[in-house]
Amino acid sequence: MLSHGMKQAGNISLHHLQGVILAVLNPWVAVGIVLLLAFFASYMNALSWADLTYVLPATSLGYVLLALVAKFALHEEVSPLRWLGIALISGGVGFVAGGPALTSHDHTPPPSREEREKDGATTEEVVSGGVQR
Amino acid sequence: MKSAYTWGGILVIVFASVVGDILLARAMKQVGDVHALWRRAGLWTVVARILGNSNFLLGVGAMAVAFFSLLFALSWGDVSLVAPAAASLTFIGNAFAAKIFLHEKVDRRRWIAAVLVAAGVALLAG
Repeated sequence: MLSHGMKQAGNISLHHLQGVILAVLNPWVAVGIVLLLAFFASYMNALSWADLTYVLPATSLGYVLLALVAKFALHEEVSPLRWLGIALISGGVGFVAGGPALTSHDHTPPPSREEREKDGATTEEVVSGGVQR
Repeated sequence: MKSAYTWGGILVIVFASVVGDILLARAMKQVGDVHALWRRAGLWTVVARILGNSNFLLGVGAMAVAFFSLLFALSWGDVSLVAPAAASLTFIGNAFAAKIFLHEKVDRRRWIAAVLVAAGVALLAG
Protein backbone atom coordinates (compact mmCIF):
# COMPACT_ATOMS: atom_id res chain seq x y z
CA MET A 1 0.00 0.00 0.00
CA LEU A 2 2.85 2.37 0.88
CA SER A 3 4.59 1.52 -2.38
CA HIS A 4 1.38 2.01 -4.39
CA GLY A 5 0.64 5.33 -2.64
CA MET A 6 4.18 6.68 -3.03
CA LYS A 7 4.09 5.86 -6.75
CA GLN A 8 0.89 7.97 -6.96
CA ALA A 9 2.41 10.76 -4.85
CA GLY A 10 5.39 11.07 -7.20
CA ASN A 11 9.02 11.94 -6.50
CA ILE A 12 9.90 13.81 -3.30
CA SER A 13 13.08 15.88 -3.25
CA LEU A 14 14.99 17.23 -0.24
CA HIS A 15 14.21 20.78 -1.44
CA HIS A 16 10.45 20.20 -1.40
CA LEU A 17 9.83 18.36 1.86
CA GLN A 18 6.19 19.51 1.94
CA GLY A 19 5.71 16.69 -0.57
CA VAL A 20 6.06 14.28 2.38
CA ILE A 21 3.01 15.83 4.08
CA LEU A 22 1.03 15.62 0.85
CA ALA A 23 2.11 11.97 0.52
CA VAL A 24 0.75 11.20 4.00
CA LEU A 25 -2.63 12.59 2.89
CA ASN A 26 -2.73 10.01 0.10
CA PRO A 27 -5.27 7.37 1.26
CA TRP A 28 -3.03 4.43 0.27
CA VAL A 29 -0.09 5.86 2.26
CA ALA A 30 -2.35 6.71 5.23
CA VAL A 31 -3.82 3.19 5.35
CA GLY A 32 -0.29 1.73 4.96
CA ILE A 33 0.93 3.75 7.96
CA VAL A 34 -2.09 2.69 10.06
CA LEU A 35 -1.42 -0.97 9.19
CA LEU A 36 2.27 -0.56 10.08
CA LEU A 37 1.24 0.89 13.47
CA ALA A 38 -1.16 -2.05 13.94
CA PHE A 39 1.72 -4.44 13.19
CA PHE A 40 3.95 -2.70 15.75
CA ALA A 41 1.21 -2.78 18.42
CA SER A 42 0.57 -6.49 17.78
CA TYR A 43 4.33 -7.19 17.85
CA MET A 44 4.67 -5.40 21.22
CA ASN A 45 1.63 -7.29 22.55
CA ALA A 46 3.13 -10.64 21.51
CA LEU A 47 6.50 -9.75 23.07
CA SER A 48 4.73 -9.06 26.38
CA TRP A 49 3.77 -12.73 26.77
CA ALA A 50 6.14 -14.69 24.48
CA ASP A 51 9.90 -15.02 23.89
CA LEU A 52 11.63 -12.97 21.18
CA THR A 53 12.95 -16.20 19.61
CA TYR A 54 9.32 -17.41 19.39
CA VAL A 55 7.76 -14.19 18.05
CA LEU A 56 10.38 -13.31 15.41
CA PRO A 57 10.14 -16.50 13.31
CA ALA A 58 6.35 -16.24 13.50
CA THR A 59 6.41 -12.68 12.08
CA SER A 60 8.39 -13.98 9.10
CA LEU A 61 5.14 -15.61 7.90
CA GLY A 62 4.52 -12.10 6.52
CA TYR A 63 7.13 -12.83 3.79
CA VAL A 64 5.21 -15.98 2.86
CA LEU A 65 1.89 -14.11 2.78
CA LEU A 66 3.46 -11.40 0.61
CA ALA A 67 4.73 -13.98 -1.90
CA LEU A 68 1.32 -15.71 -2.01
CA VAL A 69 -0.46 -12.37 -2.57
CA ALA A 70 2.05 -11.56 -5.32
CA LYS A 71 1.33 -14.93 -6.97
CA PHE A 72 -2.46 -15.21 -6.65
CA ALA A 73 -3.68 -11.58 -6.44
CA LEU A 74 -1.10 -9.74 -8.52
CA HIS A 75 -0.39 -12.75 -10.83
CA GLU A 76 3.37 -12.29 -10.51
CA GLU A 77 5.78 -15.09 -11.35
CA VAL A 78 7.18 -16.83 -8.24
CA SER A 79 10.39 -18.73 -9.09
CA PRO A 80 11.10 -22.26 -7.75
CA LEU A 81 13.85 -20.77 -5.55
CA ARG A 82 11.27 -18.51 -3.90
CA TRP A 83 8.89 -21.46 -3.38
CA LEU A 84 11.80 -23.16 -1.62
CA GLY A 85 12.18 -20.03 0.54
CA ILE A 86 8.47 -20.19 1.42
CA ALA A 87 8.83 -23.87 2.36
CA LEU A 88 11.88 -23.17 4.56
CA ILE A 89 10.13 -20.30 6.43
CA SER A 90 6.97 -22.38 6.92
CA GLY A 91 9.07 -25.28 8.20
CA GLY A 92 10.94 -22.98 10.59
CA VAL A 93 7.72 -21.49 11.96
CA GLY A 94 6.30 -25.01 12.36
CA PHE A 95 9.38 -26.01 14.35
CA VAL A 96 9.19 -23.08 16.76
CA ALA A 97 5.39 -23.23 17.12
CA GLY A 98 5.63 -26.80 18.43
CA GLY A 99 7.59 -25.67 21.50
CA PRO A 100 6.69 -23.52 24.50
CA ALA A 101 6.05 -19.80 23.81
CA LEU A 102 7.72 -18.48 26.95
CA THR A 103 10.89 -19.48 28.82
CA SER A 104 9.98 -20.15 32.43
CA HIS A 105 12.40 -18.47 34.85
CA ASP A 106 10.32 -19.61 37.82
CA HIS A 107 12.27 -22.30 39.66
CA THR A 108 9.72 -22.87 42.44
CA PRO A 109 8.37 -26.42 42.49
CA PRO A 110 4.83 -26.96 41.17
CA PRO A 111 2.11 -26.72 43.86
CA SER A 112 1.20 -29.90 45.68
CA ARG A 113 -2.20 -31.53 45.27
CA GLU A 114 -3.39 -30.14 48.61
CA GLU A 115 -2.35 -26.57 47.66
CA ARG A 116 -4.09 -26.81 44.30
CA GLU A 117 -7.28 -28.07 45.92
CA LYS A 118 -7.06 -25.20 48.39
CA ASP A 119 -6.74 -22.74 45.44
CA GLY A 120 -10.19 -23.75 44.28
CA ALA A 121 -9.57 -26.61 41.86
CA THR A 122 -11.87 -29.55 42.45
CA THR A 123 -10.47 -33.00 43.14
CA GLU A 124 -11.66 -34.19 39.73
CA GLU A 125 -9.75 -31.36 37.98
CA VAL A 126 -6.58 -32.15 39.92
CA VAL A 127 -6.84 -35.87 39.11
CA SER A 128 -7.54 -35.24 35.43
CA GLY A 129 -4.35 -33.22 34.96
CA GLY A 130 -5.07 -29.71 36.19
CA VAL A 131 -7.22 -26.68 35.57
CA GLN A 132 -7.12 -25.30 32.04
CA ARG A 133 -6.58 -21.56 32.12
CA MET B 1 36.04 -0.55 -1.46
CA LYS B 2 32.33 -0.18 -2.25
CA SER B 3 31.83 -3.78 -1.16
CA ALA B 4 33.47 -3.00 2.21
CA TYR B 5 31.09 -0.05 2.68
CA THR B 6 28.10 -2.23 1.79
CA TRP B 7 29.04 -5.02 4.22
CA GLY B 8 29.89 -2.42 6.90
CA GLY B 9 26.42 -0.97 6.40
CA ILE B 10 24.84 -4.44 6.60
CA LEU B 11 26.66 -5.13 9.89
CA VAL B 12 25.47 -1.80 11.34
CA ILE B 13 21.87 -2.63 10.29
CA VAL B 14 22.09 -6.09 11.89
CA PHE B 15 23.67 -4.75 15.09
CA ALA B 16 21.12 -1.93 15.48
CA SER B 17 18.19 -4.26 14.68
CA VAL B 18 19.32 -6.86 17.21
CA VAL B 19 19.88 -4.20 19.91
CA GLY B 20 16.45 -2.73 19.13
CA ASP B 21 14.68 -6.10 19.27
CA ILE B 22 16.39 -7.08 22.53
CA LEU B 23 15.54 -3.73 24.17
CA LEU B 24 11.91 -3.86 22.98
CA ALA B 25 11.52 -7.46 24.17
CA ARG B 26 13.01 -6.57 27.57
CA ALA B 27 10.74 -3.50 27.83
CA MET B 28 7.61 -5.56 27.13
CA LYS B 29 8.62 -8.22 29.67
CA GLN B 30 8.99 -5.39 32.23
CA VAL B 31 5.56 -4.00 31.30
CA GLY B 32 4.00 -7.46 31.61
CA ASP B 33 1.11 -9.13 29.80
CA VAL B 34 -0.53 -6.23 27.92
CA HIS B 35 -3.93 -7.93 27.65
CA ALA B 36 -4.17 -8.58 31.39
CA LEU B 37 -2.93 -5.07 32.24
CA TRP B 38 -5.46 -3.52 29.80
CA ARG B 39 -8.35 -5.38 31.43
CA ARG B 40 -7.13 -4.50 34.91
CA ALA B 41 -6.09 -0.85 34.50
CA GLY B 42 -7.30 0.39 31.09
CA LEU B 43 -5.70 1.25 27.76
CA TRP B 44 -4.11 4.55 28.82
CA THR B 45 -2.26 2.90 31.68
CA VAL B 46 -0.82 0.39 29.19
CA VAL B 47 0.23 3.18 26.79
CA ALA B 48 1.74 5.28 29.61
CA ARG B 49 3.64 2.31 31.04
CA ILE B 50 5.10 1.38 27.63
CA LEU B 51 6.02 4.95 26.64
CA GLY B 52 7.51 5.56 30.10
CA ASN B 53 9.82 2.55 29.82
CA SER B 54 13.40 3.65 29.01
CA ASN B 55 14.22 0.32 27.31
CA PHE B 56 11.28 0.87 24.95
CA LEU B 57 12.48 4.36 24.00
CA LEU B 58 16.07 3.15 23.49
CA GLY B 59 14.73 0.21 21.44
CA VAL B 60 12.76 2.52 19.16
CA GLY B 61 15.90 4.69 18.81
CA ALA B 62 17.96 1.63 17.81
CA MET B 63 15.28 0.66 15.27
CA ALA B 64 15.48 4.18 13.80
CA VAL B 65 19.29 3.80 13.50
CA ALA B 66 18.73 0.45 11.74
CA PHE B 67 16.27 2.06 9.32
CA PHE B 68 18.56 4.93 8.38
CA SER B 69 21.53 2.53 8.10
CA LEU B 70 19.43 0.53 5.64
CA LEU B 71 18.91 3.67 3.54
CA PHE B 72 22.69 4.35 3.55
CA ALA B 73 23.55 0.72 2.74
CA LEU B 74 21.04 0.73 -0.13
CA SER B 75 22.82 3.75 -1.59
CA TRP B 76 26.12 1.80 -1.54
CA GLY B 77 25.01 -1.71 -2.52
CA ASP B 78 22.35 -3.61 -4.46
CA VAL B 79 19.00 -4.15 -2.78
CA SER B 80 19.20 -7.85 -3.78
CA LEU B 81 22.24 -8.20 -1.50
CA VAL B 82 21.50 -5.73 1.32
CA ALA B 83 17.88 -6.71 2.07
CA PRO B 84 18.24 -10.52 2.33
CA ALA B 85 21.67 -10.40 4.01
CA ALA B 86 20.48 -7.92 6.68
CA ALA B 87 17.20 -9.77 7.32
CA SER B 88 18.82 -13.24 7.54
CA LEU B 89 21.72 -12.18 9.76
CA THR B 90 19.27 -10.35 12.06
CA PHE B 91 17.40 -13.64 12.70
CA ILE B 92 20.62 -15.45 13.63
CA GLY B 93 21.94 -12.51 15.67
CA ASN B 94 18.66 -12.30 17.59
CA ALA B 95 18.83 -15.97 18.55
CA PHE B 96 22.34 -15.46 20.04
CA ALA B 97 21.43 -12.17 21.73
CA ALA B 98 18.15 -13.49 23.20
CA LYS B 99 20.05 -16.42 24.73
CA ILE B 100 22.78 -14.18 26.20
CA PHE B 101 20.89 -11.04 27.24
CA LEU B 102 17.29 -12.20 27.78
CA HIS B 103 18.28 -15.66 29.11
CA GLU B 104 15.74 -17.28 26.82
CA LYS B 105 15.92 -21.04 26.48
CA VAL B 106 17.01 -21.30 22.85
CA ASP B 107 16.83 -25.08 22.41
CA ARG B 108 17.63 -27.11 19.29
CA ARG B 109 14.09 -26.55 17.99
CA ARG B 110 14.54 -22.75 18.06
CA TRP B 111 18.04 -22.87 16.52
CA ILE B 112 16.72 -24.95 13.64
CA ALA B 113 13.80 -22.52 13.24
CA ALA B 114 16.16 -19.50 13.19
CA VAL B 115 18.42 -21.10 10.55
CA LEU B 116 15.49 -22.27 8.37
CA VAL B 117 13.76 -18.87 8.52
CA ALA B 118 17.05 -17.03 7.82
CA ALA B 119 17.69 -19.24 4.77
CA GLY B 120 14.08 -18.87 3.60
CA VAL B 121 14.15 -15.08 3.92
CA ALA B 122 17.45 -14.94 2.02
CA LEU B 123 15.88 -16.95 -0.84
CA LEU B 124 12.66 -14.92 -0.87
CA ALA B 125 14.21 -11.47 -0.62
CA GLY B 126 17.20 -12.22 -2.86
